[in-house]
Amino acid sequence: MKEYFPIFTQVSYLIATALFIFSLKWMSDPKSARRGVGAGVIAMVLAVVGTIIDSEGALKSLPWIAFAVIIGTLIGIPLSRVALTAVPQRTALSHAFGGLAAGLVGTAKYYFLAASPEGVSRFLMIAICAEVLLGYLTFTGSLMAAGKLQEILPTRPITYPYQNLINGLLFLVAIGCIVALIYSPNAEVNKYLFPSVMILSLMFGILLIIPIGGADMPTVIALLNAYAGLSAVAMGFVLDNKLLITAGALDGSSGLILSIIMCKAMNRSFTNVLFGAFGQVQAKQEGGEQKEYKSATAKDAAQIMEQANLVVIVPGFGMAVAQAQHRVRELYDQLIKRGITVKFAIHPVAGRMPGHMNVLLAEADIPYDDLVEMEAINSEMSQVDVVLIVGANDVVNPAAKNAKGSPIYGMPIIEADKAKAVFAIKRSKAPGFAGIENELYFLDKTLMVFGDAKAVIGDMAKELSGDSGMH
Amino acid sequence: MKKCILTSIIFIGATSFVQAAEQHAGSGSSALHIISLVFVFMLATFIGLDVIKGVSRLLHTPLMSLTNAISAISVVGAIIVAGHHWTDKPNIFNILGLIAVVCSVTNIVSGFLITNRMLKMFKSRDKEKK
Repeated sequence: MKEYFPIFTQVSYLIATALFIFSLKWMSDPKSARRGVGAGVIAMVLAVVGTIIDSEGALKSLPWIAFAVIIGTLIGIPLSRVALTAVPQRTALSHAFGGLAAGLVGTAKYYFLAASPEGVSRFLMIAICAEVLLGYLTFTGSLMAAGKLQEILPTRPITYPYQNLINGLLFLVAIGCIVALIYSPNAEVNKYLFPSVMILSLMFGILLIIPIGGADMPTVIALLNAYAGLSAVAMGFVLDNKLLITAGALDGSSGLILSIIMCKAMNRSFTNVLFGAFGQVQAKQEGGEQKEYKSATAKDAAQIMEQANLVVIVPGFGMAVAQAQHRVRELYDQLIKRGITVKFAIHPVAGRMPGHMNVLLAEADIPYDDLVEMEAINSEMSQVDVVLIVGANDVVNPAAKNAKGSPIYGMPIIEADKAKAVFAIKRSKAPGFAGIENELYFLDKTLMVFGDAKAVIGDMAKELSGDSGMH
Repeated sequence: MKKCILTSIIFIGATSFVQAAEQHAGSGSSALHIISLVFVFMLATFIGLDVIKGVSRLLHTPLMSLTNAISAISVVGAIIVAGHHWTDKPNIFNILGLIAVVCSVTNIVSGFLITNRMLKMFKSRDKEKK
């Protein structure tokens, strides 16, 4: 019986890999997506059972492992119940957990091997170094990202003189240590070198993320996702485990593709996001001549929207901050009731993580058929009667198309300026997150509605609901 | 210039990798075996890129939480290390493994649950009318 256990393990790994691939494949359509979660759960259970059965140590230590599983579950359940506006933080935090797990397994494996009589082979050393570097870097980097998203840390880029130089030097030192470790995997000096690599990786994660501003978080989260996946791949090489390699590769490629999409949506390169310290350049751009806004009340805006045939709502991070999605739904209902077509224009980088806006609007029960991608909405923008901007700014800034000197020049935008009328809801007259003045707000067809997004949209919906003047 | 440097880095990387693999061959598993692992990695990456490209943009946030849960497959490695050379009590490195089990299970549980929770919210208009 016992001799079949390794075969059982490998077969369970094989099925698990197939299920993971299906699970991602089913995410191509919201209709089949929930099946994907089921497949993922089955795959994970198979993987865990298959692993425990074939590992004598795991069987002996089963009570301890069960205890660890219970603790993990107890932490995991509350983490899955966070408000949807906090999903970016949760995601960053779970990348941190993933990175830490990889780092710890790599560390433990190194010391086991170093203590064993045959020592560490050069190949395993390469894999362990990759695992430890990526794992610990993802751990601290993701913690920093989560801190910024939760606004425990300042969301603006934290910079200091010679930042890139210092980071570069530290990185070179880390690489130097790693090369030495690989060159002589069993040297006496490694008992200092290996911990240094761990510490440098931890430091490097912090230093890499603190100069990155809040608006770049979608890219950073996607990139950390890729790192977390790659550290699992490295773990697979260390432990000679194909399931780890395949599942890690799936995760890594997901992170890679998402970060490419995010970069394209901002017209920036990876290096620019990571080393550009975005927020610094623009501060000076203010000043100049003071232009006049035309402002309106929620009531005026509601009356104009009533006459429209096609209304496009452009949500942004401000909608998440104000928790305005449910009020947006009320407004949507009122407009639909009057036979007005309402669409939502979603910019790929709106919000703080890929797809953030879609989830918030889905939470407010808005059917996903009405969520339209940027490219699709731009082609019909000239027929749009009213564009209502809720807490978005840079993603509708025409400077991205016209102003060559602007830091966002070249970024694809939702062309709200082509619509017949524009309403922009804004908390205050201060410029947006990136500190860039938005030309759109000074156009003749633009009316600014100042106030908290939640309250303003609530007023609009109330106004449209018919019993106006009664409140 | 950049390409030149990149190619040479890849070349050096590949040769030292093969060297390392040959050396590794002495200690148990063979160089061929390592190359088969690289094969698996390469093919999985191609499949991954292809499958992820097909994911609806609507679902990028649930996709991230799902891949969070999937990458918590490191629980497998954590379990192996947690039980490695097990005597009656866990040694310091077993404890590192156990902490890694906690971290991974946290991701598995919260990742799958929140993905499911988010996906439940996505409704199409036809469904809404019913």
